[in-house]
Amino acid sequence: MNPKYFFNGILAENPTFVLLLGMCPTLGTTGSAVTGMSMGLATMGVLVCSNAAISLIKNLVPAKVRIPAYIVVIATFVTALQMFMQAYLPALDAMLGIFIPLIVVNCILLGRAEAFASRHNVGDSILDGLGIGLGFTIALTLLGCIRELLGTGRIFGLEIYPETYGSLVFVLAPGAFIVLGLLIALFNRLYKR
Amino acid sequence: MKSTLTSMILSLGCITVVSGAILAGVHELTEQPIIEAERQARVDAVGEVCPRFDNDPIAEKCEVTPDRESLPVTLYPATLGGKPVGAAVESYSPDGFSGEIKIMYGFDSDGNVTGYSVISHAETPGLGAKMADWFRSPEGHRSVIGLNAATDNLTVGKDGGDVDAITAATITSRAFLDALRRASAAYSQFKSTNSNLPS
Repeated sequence: MNPKYFFNGILAENPTFVLLLGMCPTLGTTGSAVTGMSMGLATMGVLVCSNAAISLIKNLVPAKVRIPAYIVVIATFVTALQMFMQAYLPALDAMLGIFIPLIVVNCILLGRAEAFASRHNVGDSILDGLGIGLGFTIALTLLGCIRELLGTGRIFGLEIYPETYGSLVFVLAPGAFIVLGLLIALFNRLYKR
Repeated sequence: MKSTLTSMILSLGCITVVSGAILAGVHELTEQPIIEAERQARVDAVGEVCPRFDNDPIAEKCEVTPDRESLPVTLYPATLGGKPVGAAVESYSPDGFSGEIKIMYGFDSDGNVTGYSVISHAETPGLGAKMADWFRSPEGHRSVIGLNAATDNLTVGKDGGDVDAITAATITSRAFLDALRRASAAYSQFKSTNSNLPS
């Protein structure tokens, strides 16, 4: 297990700010800090499991059918996650709605399976899943906090200033693009590779 | 591994069989909790909107199809000491800004609105989604609590009614009141068909 694979996903290959993968949930679920963070954590959970499973079976899968094989593995974990959420966290499941099953087609998962888990051992693959997942969670939480603050005057439901002064556009889709664009610009300015 | 027809079929076959088995196990494990969670959401919504009751409205639920409607709504009758005290009605409106909305309304035995709880919707956050609190706010004529479809005009002010629409979300407000009128119609129909039964 090499710890550099863990930190790699948070800065150098941050899925949102550097790889620009998984943009659909990034834009769709960050209307508030809570939903953004939950989506990040759900994706991280599936990514760690799928990375581990794929690195275990990597030598048993013929190269020509590896993509469908990876998709089946990912879909299995996502479906299981959704069932557990419906059973034990129904409120969160209702909030994230369609975005949970959509984790199956999230490029981050297939991308890490193909680029990392199919070439490294289980320990490193789990570390990579944790790192990339954490980078994704941090990005989504940050985006959610900023949009919620500018849109409704709250962060995680805590009032910072009265809602009347908020600008609704930041909660809606255009705000997602504006804030994400500015965050990517800021990230590139601060973290020059 | 080399990609021969046999190896491809075998490996993909094995993966799907194992996946299927895992999912069957998880389904077995979560089936009951999911049913329980859905029931609990209903119980909470009924308890929130109804006047005080001591029966189990979920167990006594029935489907009522209001006149001139094709789809039924679910009605949860509430009784206290054997006497009917009102009901919770799970109503819907197809006319939300982004599709169907589902709302649970509570009525006392005279048909006055005692409360409501939004069950599902896809309205715009910050605009239509405000209906979760707007229609119980004491400001102006926003609140529908205490209104009665028999005596009040349950439409938005713009349509000549007695209720203030949500600012910049008139379509959502119309859908909300449409669902409320549907619920009220179902409840009065339920009362008239059950009035001759011993309570």
